Order: sequence, then C-alpha cells, then structure tokens
Amino acid sequence: MNVIGWALAGAGVLAGLGVLAAVVAPRRTRPAYVGAATAGIGVAGLVMGVAALSGQAFQARLPGLLPLAGVRIEVDPLGGWFLAVTGGVLAAAALYGIGYAGGGHGPSGRGVQAALPVFAISMLLVPAAASVSTLLVWWELMALTSLLLILAEHRGRPAVAQAGWWYAALTQVGFVAILLGLLLYAAHAGGDSFADLRAAHLSPALRGVVFVLVLAGFGAKAGLVPLHVWLPRAHAEAPSPVSAMLSAAMVNLGVYGVVRVGFDLLGGGSRWWWVLVLAFGAISALYGILQAAVAADVKRLLAYSTVENMGLVFLSLGAAGIFRAAGAPVLAGLALAAALLHVLNHAAFKALLFTAAGSVLRATGTRDLDALGGLRSRMPATTVLFAIGALCAAALPPGNGFVSEWLLLQSLVHALPAGGVVTAVAMPLAVAVVALTAGLAVATFVKALGVGFFARARSEAAGAAQESPPMMLAAMGVLAAVCAGLALAPAALGPALSRAVTAATRAPAGVVGGGVSLRLAGIASTLSPLLIAVAVVVATAGTAVLLRLAARRVTRRRSVALWACGAGPPTARMQYTAASFAQPLQRVFDDVLAPETDVDVTPYAESQYLVARVAYQARVSDRVEDALYVPVIAAARRLGRLGPVLANGSVHRYLAYGFFGVTGLLLVLAVTR
Amino acid sequence: MNRTASICAAVQVVVVVAGAPLLVGLMRQVRARLEGRAGAGISQPWRDLRKLLRRAPATPTGTGWAFRLAPLLLVGTSLVLAAVVPLLTTASPLNHTADLFAVVGLLALGTVTLALAALDTGTAFGGMGASREMTILALVEPTILVAVLALSARVGSTNLAEIVTTTLNDPLRVASPASLLAAAALLIVVVAETGRLPVDNPATHLELTMIHEAMILEYAGSDLALVELAASMRLTILLGLLTSLFLPWGIAGASLAALPLALAAFGVKVAILGIGLGAAEVFIAKLRLFRVPELLAGSFVLAVLAVASSFFLA
Amino acid sequence: MAVFKLWRKIRRTGRTAEPAPPRPAGSSCPKAAALSGSVQVRHVDAGSCNGCEIEIGSAFGPVYDAERYGARLVASPRHADALLVTGPVTRNMAAALRRTFEAVSEPRIVVAIGDCAIDAGEFAGGYGVQGPVADVVPVDVQVPGCPPEPAAIVAALRGLTGR
Repeated sequence: MNVIGWALAGAGVLAGLGVLAAVVAPRRTRPAYVGAATAGIGVAGLVMGVAALSGQAFQARLPGLLPLAGVRIEVDPLGGWFLAVTGGVLAAAALYGIGYAGGGHGPSGRGVQAALPVFAISMLLVPAAASVSTLLVWWELMALTSLLLILAEHRGRPAVAQAGWWYAALTQVGFVAILLGLLLYAAHAGGDSFADLRAAHLSPALRGVVFVLVLAGFGAKAGLVPLHVWLPRAHAEAPSPVSAMLSAAMVNLGVYGVVRVGFDLLGGGSRWWWVLVLAFGAISALYGILQAAVAADVKRLLAYSTVENMGLVFLSLGAAGIFRAAGAPVLAGLALAAALLHVLNHAAFKALLFTAAGSVLRATGTRDLDALGGLRSRMPATTVLFAIGALCAAALPPGNGFVSEWLLLQSLVHALPAGGVVTAVAMPLAVAVVALTAGLAVATFVKALGVGFFARARSEAAGAAQESPPMMLAAMGVLAAVCAGLALAPAALGPALSRAVTAATRAPAGVVGGGVSLRLAGIASTLSPLLIAVAVVVATAGTAVLLRLAARRVTRRRSVALWACGAGPPTARMQYTAASFAQPLQRVFDDVLAPETDVDVTPYAESQYLVARVAYQARVSDRVEDALYVPVIAAARRLGRLGPVLANGSVHRYLAYGFFGVTGLLLVLAVTR
Repeated sequence: MNRTASICAAVQVVVVVAGAPLLVGLMRQVRARLEGRAGAGISQPWRDLRKLLRRAPATPTGTGWAFRLAPLLLVGTSLVLAAVVPLLTTASPLNHTADLFAVVGLLALGTVTLALAALDTGTAFGGMGASREMTILALVEPTILVAVLALSARVGSTNLAEIVTTTLNDPLRVASPASLLAAAALLIVVVAETGRLPVDNPATHLELTMIHEAMILEYAGSDLALVELAASMRLTILLGLLTSLFLPWGIAGASLAALPLALAAFGVKVAILGIGLGAAEVFIAKLRLFRVPELLAGSFVLAVLAVASSFFLA
Repeated sequence: MAVFKLWRKIRRTGRTAEPAPPRPAGSSCPKAAALSGSVQVRHVDAGSCNGCEIEIGSAFGPVYDAERYGARLVASPRHADALLVTGPVTRNMAAALRRTFEAVSEPRIVVAIGDCAIDAGEFAGGYGVQGPVADVVPVDVQVPGCPPEPAAIVAALRGLTGR
C-alpha cells in the first residue's frame, strides 16, 4: 500500500470520526471537530492527488462493500488532478468553516454537521472510482449530502427551501441521465469496471447516445446552460463555507465525468460530440457572465460566474475533442491542458471569492451589493483578499485566470490551419465568445469590488461591519497565496498537467514548463507571468520614486473634501449602485436578459392626479428558467392533476385496471410467443 | 545581446515618455489649425505636465488605496507596455512577454485600476465614468482578440516580435484583404480604447457626456499629471502598435546602429497617424453612448471578415 | 458629402485668428510665477447675466484664441489653477463658489471678470445678491468692463501664463 492507499484509508477513518463527532459533541464545539475532520479529509485528498500526479498509481478492489459489483478504486493522474483540486478546496473551506461558526453563525445542527464529512469523502471517491456502480453510488451520496448541507438554514429563510427543491430535482434529473448513459454502456460492454468499458466496441450511434446522456448528466452538475438553474439558487442560499465547496470543488466533478467518459472510456469519439460540447460551453459562458454582470446579490453573482467559468472549461474540452478528431494531437493536448488548468485556477479564486463574500455576509448580514460599500475601512484584510480574487476572476494579468485563458486562446488561435471548414467557422466564434466573456467578467468584478467594498457604506449594517476572526482570514490567506502561486509560477505545474492530459487522451500534452516562462511545444508562443508582474511592480514603484524626486519642492499631499461638482457634501445614497453600474450593459444586452420593470403608482383617494406613493421594481430573472422550466413545470402539474382522476378511490376502477392489465399482458404474450 | 536588448528597450521607453505629450500636442495643434485658430504649440502638453507636477496632489476624504494607487499603476503598466511592444526594435529583454494577449491584458489592467479609483471616490460621476468605460471595454474585447487571430493565423504565433519580423520579410502581406480589414477593425478599437471622437470627446465639459474624463474629476496636481501622461502614453503605444503590425518598415533588429533610423521612422509614422486622427476629429461628432455598441459591433464584423478572408483567400 | 463641403469651407476660411497683440508687461499676479506658460482655468458663473460668458467664449474662440498663450478651460476645479468668476455672487451660489474655490489646489488664483464680479455692477443691492466675488473668495486679478472685451480677458490670461 503506497501513499495514496494510506491517505485514502486515513480519509475514511477521519470521515467516520467526523460523523461520530457530529453526533456526540456538544453544539458549541461541534463545528470545530467536524471542521477539523473535514480539513483532514481535504489534506488527505490533496496528498492522494499530488502523489498520483507525480507518477504513483493505486488500485483497490473491495468486493464486499457494495452488493452485486463491489467497489473498485483506481487513482490515475487524471483522477489525481481532480483529487488535488477537491482536497485543497475542502481543506481551506473547512478551516474557514471552523472560524465562520464562532459566535453563533453558521449551521450547527447534528444532521448538517454529520453530512459534511460524508460529503467530503464522497467528493474524493468520485474521481477515484474505477467502475460504474462505484461512481454512481458515490455520486448519489455526494448529491444527497450536499442537499442536506444546502438546506442547512431553511428554517430562517424560505428561499433556502426553494433552492433545495430546484437542486434536488435537477440533480436527480442529471443522475438519471448519467445512470442511463453509463448503464447502457456497461450493458453493451459486458462488464462494470472502467477497464471493461475501455475495451468495449459499441456502434457509433450507441456511443453517441451514451455520450449525449453522460454530457447532459455531468453537465447538469457542472452548471451547463440550460441545466444550470439550480446553481445560482443553491450556491447563493447555502452557508458560505458550503458555497465555497460546492462552487469550487463539486462542479469540477461534472468536468471530470465528461473528460473520463468522453476522452478516456469512449476514446475520443466523433467530431459532432465535441462541437455540441463547445456550443453549450460557449452559450453557458456568455449567458453566465451576462447574468453575473447584472446581478446585485454578491453570491448570486459569484454563482453565475461559476456557470461562466465552467462554460469556458467545456469550451476548451470541446475544442480539444474537435482537434483530436481532426488529427491534431498537440493542439488537443494543449486545449485539454487549458481546461484542466482553468479548473484548478477557478477552484482557487472562486473559493477565495466565496469565502470573502461569506465574511461580508457574516459581518453585515446582507448579500445585497446595493446595501454594502465602505468595507475597505471596516474590513481591510477582507477587501484586499476579495480584490486578489477579483483580479484573478477577471482574467487580467498578473492573475491566474489570465494564464489559463492565455493557454485556451493559444490553442484556439493556432487551430486555423489544422481543421477544415468546421474549424474555420467555429474557432473565430469561440475566440469571440471567450473575448466577450473576458470583457464582461472584467466589468462584473469591477462592479463587485468597487460597489461592494470601496467608497462609503450604503446602509447601517455595512457601516457597522467588523473584520472577520483570524481563522477565517488565515484560510482566505492560504487561498490567496495559492492564487498568487498559480499566477506567478504556472510552469511548475507543467509535468503534472502533462501527466493528467496523457492519462486522459494517451497523447502528449503541449505544455512544457520552462522555469520562469510558460513555453508551448510545437507553438512559438511564450508567456512569463512572473516577468510581467515583476515588470509592473518595478515600473510602478519606479514611478513613485521618480515622482518623489522630481517634485521635491512640492507641498505635501493634502486631505480635502470631495468635489462632486460642488453640490454640497455627497451622501452615501448618491453613489453608483450595482444596478446603475450594470445599466449600460443591461441595455446593450436587453434582448437576451429581458429585464422586467414594474412601476406601481398609488394616488390619493381624493383625486387620482395626486400621487401618494410610487413604487419601482426592476428584476432580471433567469430567462432560461422562465422560457424552459416554467412551461415544463406547468405541464407536469397538469399531468399531476390527472392523478385524482385516474385514482379516484373507487375499488371497482382499481379492479378494472388490474383485470384489463393482466388480460392485455396475457394477450401480448400469446401473440408474441 | 542582452545589454543591447536592454538599451533598446530603455530607449523605447524614454522615446515614448518624451514623445507622448508631443503627440497629443500635435493632434491639438492640427485641430486648432483646421478650426482657423493659431494653437498653443506642440510642446504645450509638456508645459502643462511640468506645471502640474509641481502642484500638490489632493486626497479627498472617503477615498482609499485604490484612488492613491491608480495613477502610479496606470503609468507603470504604460511603461511596461512601452518596453514590451516592438516600436523601435524587435529585441527586448521582455520578449517572452511581448505576446499580443499580454499587451491587451495590460491595457485592460490600466483601465480597470482607473475605474476602481473612480468608484472609490463615491461620487455619482465617478461611478458613471467607470460604468461606461467598463461597458466599452467589454464590447471592444471580441474585436481585438479576433483581429489578433486574423493577424497571427498566418504567422503561426501571437508573439509581437514574430509578427513584426514576418511582416518585414513578406511586405506584400500587408496589402492582403485580411490585413486591411484587421487594420480597419483595430483602428476603431484604438479610437474606443483611447477615448477619442466619436466614442468619447476628450475636451468635453458636460459631465453627462464624459467617459474617461468623468473618472478623473477628483485628481489634482501630480496625480493628474501621471494620469494625463499615462493617457497620452497609451495613445502613443496603441498608434505605435498599429504601425508595428501593419507598417513595420524601419524597425531595427538587435543592433544599436539602426536605432536612429528606427526612431525617425517611428516618429514619422506615428505623427502621420496622429495628424490623421486629429484631422478626422474635426469632421466627426460624438456618438450617443448607446450608439457606440453599434460602432463596436461594426468593427467586430470587420474583424470576423478579416479572419474569414485570411482562411479562405490564402 | 458633408465632409467634403466642410473641408472646402475650411480651405476657404483659412486662419481666422488675429495676430497676437504685444505681450502685457509684467505678470498680473505674483502667484502666477509658478505657472510658467500653462494655466488651466475653471469658469464659475456665480449669478451673471451671461454677457461675460459670451465674451469669454469669444476669447477662447477662433478670433482671439486664448489657447495659443497656454490657457485652457477645464471641467473640474481640481484640474484648474485659476477660477474665472463672472457675475455678482447670488445667495444661492455663494456656498458653491466657496466649495469650488476650496477644491482648487494651492496656489489658487481667482480672476473676477466683469463689473458685476468686481463690485456687483448693475445688480448691487439686489435682494438675491450676496455681494461681489471678493466678499466670498479672495480675488487676485480683476478684469473690469460690462462686459469686458475679449482682448482684455486674453490680456489677463496672458498675464497669468507669461506668454
């Protein structure tokens, strides 16, 4: 048993201890023990992942654990990559959760706390699964425990219960799709384990069906449009440590599923699969960031940003598949490497952003950007940490989002000579989508940072905010350090990334780490994020020094009142709000967003020309939800109303059903035999 | 080699810093002459900067580190860009960072710091300027990146030095439809990014029509000097980038001897572009803010046509 | 088409700016020594009848072209070295003028343009008038006239820039 095995065993033991602590420990110390156990599980996952990425492998078979097929576990570099990401996020978020729970905040009920270690271990076992039944069992366990975690605060707020309903329904829909696809595959492959699936020979039509089902199921988990509607609700209403885990670790497993089944098990497949993936990825990216750009609830904004980033990852996956089908393995490896690197970068900065938003929620009690502001002076550390996360999320240099986006763009830009007409049409459109997404992401995070943290507080709650306790700041600091490391030295991940890509596609990856700069094999492009960052810092510091030297005779900087066009001291109400900041974008894209405004005028009783009250309400709802789900739910309701008609309580009718059912079946059997 | 490269990069930076206010002065002088006025002379912006550097900066109450940091970071990113973009020479110690995407990213970083500073003031006009600037930035990105795709598709690299060298070796490529369309698209992008007419009027006093100016209403003294210098440097660098990509003749390799010729060529090319831009501004009116997305969509269509022609016609 | 017609008109009109008159001796204000060839001015209408505004507009127009001496109108007092104040200070504008003055960084110069700004002119004693500009902010340069000629305004600005 090597390192991976020991770490897995340790994680299992910690999960058991965590559940025990949740049941036994008193309410005050419960979150601390459970959080520590979950952090341990996370560290174990990180160890497993790093060991797998450095070349070690692990296999285990536990026939007695599950009926029928037993549990098969295999950790290879691809699974290792996702294990490392998941483990890291779990560790940081669990530490953050320990600090969050102090002072009566956060969930502390037995059920919720017991679900947390089980959720953690099931998230670790999904990338390690090596058979269909193992994968499905842990997947469903992950879904159930995450539902419990999302519903943690349902007694306080009705929106939480609604979020839970949506999440449960869509997760089960996704699970059914995965179940159908994988069982179809396993049935035709003659075996349950991944090795059997790899060796199977299915007709192209059947493979296509399997892939589409699996894409739908895993895509629902990752938040692909149109199966994303649960994501903004669930991630916004869950407690903040849980939101971080969901957004930064769980959605990645949807990506893992598609990579494992599409590239590894099905062996690459036809081009139209990956054009589908690219198309849905592009639509998700654009739609997600558009909704984030006009969102005023900071956690909803971050959740839609997750939809956008997962859309970008699926866009990279689609590009990788298309290149592979077109016979350009170097580009395919590069695109897949970009996807995996973006998964890692997104996990780092999204966890940081959600934990920072959670700190703000804990300190002020509100998630509404229009009620925040001025936190720069009350919560300085949280502001700096959120700013780091926002820089990375906006894909600006020297952040880490810029590096993975650069990789993706390099793979898209150099594809033109490779493929045929499909590539020639798809690649420029893909580049345009990535560019528009990047631009909108910049606008979104400038809004989130500028409106939420800078200038003056827009409400009393924001004005009375206190800085978070040190444990939370430490966890966020660790995440920020990880973001900085990924931003400045991404070439260090080169070997690990290459191993992961090779495990998936059996082709060489195109990323060759080169010390300070990132060099690509086969493409004459390099990037040195460290040099850029150093150059910018040196230039800025140099400017400051030169200025001091050049203007020595100047009187010192004076502190003055705001000019604000001379209309008297500006109040906090005069500041731009999140809604006003996003208004030009909303106007440009109003065909897509379809904002609704409602003006309610209440006149006096004496005369309708004298207005007593005017109420204005503007909302941007999720258009996919309104267009797609509301009719489906209405149809389901109508179908449900047939129920009392069919089962109206009359025994005669039930007997008639049974009689005609059996008679009909006997007739059919007689005819077909 | 390394020392020569460093010297070349340093000369580039000094030329851009010294020449940027002169370019702005030239554009203002051209406008003045076309309007029948005498004009203040080309070196007036330098006199303005010199005077501003001696005045005390002001920190309004309620602003924080974003407000203080933005002018320095703006000039910092502009200096890095001046060293990285091959304006006079293709040899630069920062050659691995001379990627077109990195250049676009650094430009966006500068804009973002200014927008955050504007939001940090907490005034309505600061927020308005930031909001409009971010909208235009978001809508300009697709055009830039698709134009980059068109330019780099035939070269096989997005490294700026590579593109310049390839164009120098194959001059007829500049006259290809792909190149011309990409040039037209990037010209509109440069106008939008630097806040010139018809996207934004740099000389307006009506706050409700401002985009860039609204973000800097609270800056005074040396802060304002840095912001103005950075704005003129960005204009110079973007016009220089246009000339490097589409008219690279005169750019020196790694030799110091060719630098004076490169300097003269750069000066002439950027001056011609600046005069053209300044003269065009006399004839155009500013577009309404919600008509600007239509202009940017038009430039995007040009860029897509450039890509299509680079694929289908070559 | 319109562009072509405008170009022909520009060619026909040629230069409208009159040749620069001889430079006024000395500077109009000791604080202006630091300006050395460049002054940014912010105009404040403290309650004028707009006659002086028309003259200031002419001073910066093509015929007199005050910009050639280094003066430029700016939008924010923070960007300005000097305030051009016109009109008697009405009660409603007194606080705004004071805030505008305080928003200008040191050394700040106030140029009172027109008789109303100097001693409330025609509107002295009006119920809405607080007083001349000097009652609200300290005045450094005065340009008398009702309204003053653009040449006088340009001369005052040249005294500030020294060009």
